[in-house]
Amino acid sequence: MSLTGIFLIVFLVVHCYVNAQIFYFDGGVRFLEAAHFMGTNLLIRTTEIGLFAFLILHMVQGLSLAFKNRSRRSQKYAVSAGSATSPWYSRSMALLGTLILLFLVLHLYKFWGPNRLNQLTTGEELNLYTAMKEEFQMAWVVAVYFLGCFSLAWHLVHGFYSAFQTLGFGNSRYKGMIKSVGIGFSIVVPIIFFMMPLAFFMHWL
Amino acid sequence: MQHYNMNLNLKVWRQKNSKTSGAFETFKVSNISSEMSFLEMFDVLNEQLVAEGKEPVAFDHDCREGICGMCSMHINGRAHGPWSKNTTCQLHMREYKDGDTIVVEPWRADAFPVIKDLVVDRSSFDRIIQAGGYISVNTGNAQDANALPIEKQQADDAFAAAACIGCGACVAACPNASAMLFVSAKVSHLALLPQGDPERKTRAFNMVNQMDAEGFGSCTNIGACEAECPKGISLENIARLNREYVGSMLSGSAVEGLQQ
Ligand code: HEM
Ligand code: SF4
Ligand code: FES
Repeated sequence: MSLTGIFLIVFLVVHCYVNAQIFYFDGGVRFLEAAHFMGTNLLIRTTEIGLFAFLILHMVQGLSLAFKNRSRRSQKYAVSAGSATSPWYSRSMALLGTLILLFLVLHLYKFWGPNRLNQLTTGEELNLYTAMKEEFQMAWVVAVYFLGCFSLAWHLVHGFYSAFQTLGFGNSRYKGMIKSVGIGFSIVVPIIFFMMPLAFFMHWL
Repeated sequence: MQHYNMNLNLKVWRQKNSKTSGAFETFKVSNISSEMSFLEMFDVLNEQLVAEGKEPVAFDHDCREGICGMCSMHINGRAHGPWSKNTTCQLHMREYKDGDTIVVEPWRADAFPVIKDLVVDRSSFDRIIQAGGYISVNTGNAQDANALPIEKQQADDAFAAAACIGCGACVAACPNASAMLFVSAKVSHLALLPQGDPERKTRAFNMVNQMDAEGFGSCTNIGACEAECPKGISLENIARLNREYVGSMLSGSAVEGLQQ
């Protein structure tokens, strides 16, 4: 769980860095260069297989863990502590993860799928910059992206800290630092991601 | 603080044994003093039931001073009631006011089956201890306590972990019904002292395995256990248990032991 989670966090950093190239306001020149590299480099494409494998492993492990844990108290409490003893998002990882998954389906269907299909059939990549420009004119697409980024943020607020605690780093020396870096990451990365559809929708780009 | 008396409505879980399903029963108690402990309030209820010729409510208790860990009530959704670092016997009725309704349930976890009413079977904890929560020592005279120098911080951390009274509030509070905080306290106080070294390579692995076998859930770092633990056992112990667990897995001897 923790290892696949951290791998996905590393993926987010790379993905976020590459896509943020659109904010050079150069009509997508630098972004397309970076996207071309990511789309054709053999090493990256091999890692992409690993990414899907890890994502699926993460989902299967996470969801089966959540269902198993839920079954360990067959008789539920009539009154439960709710948020008095733990934050809601730490108890909602499976729900937040599933929302991220729903977002991912749309996201892959809109960009990754058509691009790979085009590469297979014509050997050419699509212009993802103009694709974004078109797709992000639709308010409902932007809304789903908001939902995805919002869920990701809360998933990470717990997930980042949790992964390091699982690996045994949660002692008094590191705990405060891990928690703060985790919260910072969970705010900054999803905001940068959401700025992308928003920027196209608002015609800043 | 002003002393006062109160009348209360109690909704208490009644269950004949682990085979039958239970249900809530409602009682009224009157003239409860704000100076009583929560368990004394239950004594009043039970005397009333005995006088009426009814079956008293079964509940666990022993020391009534917060050290034995027996009193195991889930009160209005909170293990040991609303006070922090507190057992049920240490909860006092000044927390409540006249006319309040209080819902009292047993610890709920499949690994803690209900024996009767509010009493649950926590022998799964004993079996986790038997799986590795012990040390090998030479018999004979006790060794001089000062013969083994131990760093102060190390000794303090071991002492803090050894404060666990095995009450099970961590399990009761955990949304996953995981016993990780309990196991981590028991592994930690031995892992921090040289006396724990001989079994170190197998202890964490065997105890966590036993925890899983008993039907406790797995830890997902939610932290409700730490919030409800009457002895303030810290989540740092879980991080240490995770390190010890990886250590005992990598050493291989735990895995070999399992295969035998
Ligand atoms: C890029 C997207 C994602 C990232 C960066 C991510 C990251 C993480 C991290 C770091 C953890 C904590 C691991 C630990 O506690 O040791 C975690 C836990 C979890 N993830 Fe994700 N995740 C992502 C997507 C998903 C998806 C799509 C699902 C499921 C449909 C999912 C389901 C879960 C579940 C159920 C947990 C809880 C496991 C637990 O409580 O320990 N995640 N995630
Ligand atoms: S860790 Fe705390 S809550 Fe859990 S059994 Fe020990 S004393 Fe009770
Ligand atoms: S009766 Fe001993 S701790 Fe409450």
